[in-house]
Amino acid sequence: MAINTDKNTYTIAFAAVMVVIVGALLAFLASALSAKISENERLEKQQNILYAMGVNENEGSGSVSFIGTDKVAEAFNTYIKYQLVLEGDKVTSNDAAYLIDLKKEESNAKAGKTRRLPVFVGEKDNKEFYIIPMRGKGLWDAIWGFVAVDKNMIVQGVYFDHKGETPGLGANIKQRYFMDDFIGESILNNGNYVGISVAKGNNDPANELKTDNEVDALAGATITGDGVSAMIKQSISLYKPFLQTIASN
Amino acid sequence: MGILSKKDAALILDPLADNNPITIQVLGICSALAITAELEASIVMAVSVLFVMGMGNVVISLMRNIIPSKIRIIVQLVVVATLVIVVDQVLKAFAYELSKTLSVFVGLIITNCIIMGRFEAFALANGPKRSFLDGIGNAAGYGFILVVIGFFRELLGSGTLLGIKVLGDPIEKTGLYAFGYENNGFMLLSPMALIVVGIIIWVQRSRNPALIEEN
Repeated sequence: MAINTDKNTYTIAFAAVMVVIVGALLAFLASALSAKISENERLEKQQNILYAMGVNENEGSGSVSFIGTDKVAEAFNTYIKYQLVLEGDKVTSNDAAYLIDLKKEESNAKAGKTRRLPVFVGEKDNKEFYIIPMRGKGLWDAIWGFVAVDKNMIVQGVYFDHKGETPGLGANIKQRYFMDDFIGESILNNGNYVGISVAKGNNDPANELKTDNEVDALAGATITGDGVSAMIKQSISLYKPFLQTIASN
Repeated sequence: MGILSKKDAALILDPLADNNPITIQVLGICSALAITAELEASIVMAVSVLFVMGMGNVVISLMRNIIPSKIRIIVQLVVVATLVIVVDQVLKAFAYELSKTLSVFVGLIITNCIIMGRFEAFALANGPKRSFLDGIGNAAGYGFILVVIGFFRELLGSGTLLGIKVLGDPIEKTGLYAFGYENNGFMLLSPMALIVVGIIIWVQRSRNPALIEEN
């Protein structure tokens, strides 16, 4: 039995059947796995927030290691005292603030609606941390992260992640040797909220100078680095009123 | 070779050497440039392509008699894309960490010309078993070159292998760096991947002059 695969009707029928089968398969897979996937994403967010405030399992100067997924939910409740949402002048407490989609809020702001800004107050060893989520653009796609500051506006930790930066170059923003450089830097310069720039020029590669609002850039990742600088600057300017209140208390 | 006949074994072994998709057919160069700055990324890419190509070749081969020739390229694209998305989703649910490493490659796998090339040149004309071997062989040949390039680029560019500082610490000036050795940052940029590919091609052709094309 030979089918004439050159006929137009056959071609169209084949395409239609293929689309239905593939579509059904993918739809089934997506709905079957979506609960598990969103659970993973939720835990990851908690891990990232805790990482920024120094609750992690890093050892020496090795690689990034988060607190385990089995312990993270409990640790999140222990260390994060308040989850706040800033909305204009209003501050509300919201236990699901960490699930706020920054991308959605960004487009809400563009559409003229009030933007909800989540912020987390953590406490570890009797010290308070204010953790701000960030979102920006890298070279290829979105970059995001969290920065934790104390009440003197000194960075206590950061976490960066990216969707599609170049492996070996821009993707290294999530490596410890880059993120650890931010610790101890001030986001203030003469009382102005300037953030921290990722700077080329190599004037301080060992990053000993902590008052210059600069960290050493990654070679070959100029655009990603500029994206990180812009992201920090923009997030800090959004949260400036909140940070000023913290600093003055 | 036991279970494999000589002809079948050649399907796997040829692409590893004298019919390598990268160095001889010069396919798949784009991804070889893009992701070989680190050895780990090269390995992940090699394994992903191995899976997608083995499976894809089998699927296309099973459908080879019913695929309308007018839309066969689209059908091939759909098969690759579906496989990649299935792998991506399953990993996201059950191996979240790994899926984050892999997410960058999803787009690159779909557009890898070796995969489309093998579907078109081999799977459309051969049975599933031989197609599977051909897919595995070509993916292994591709992956092997990727790992070699990744090895040299990470070693010379960052002084590390799989993220481990094998040459000492460049900032603390220990190991090799104590003698004034410096990492070659140029190795991290894509052009150097092409030069490494060029060197591999050179070495391979000078060892086997039969591979040199006549002008």
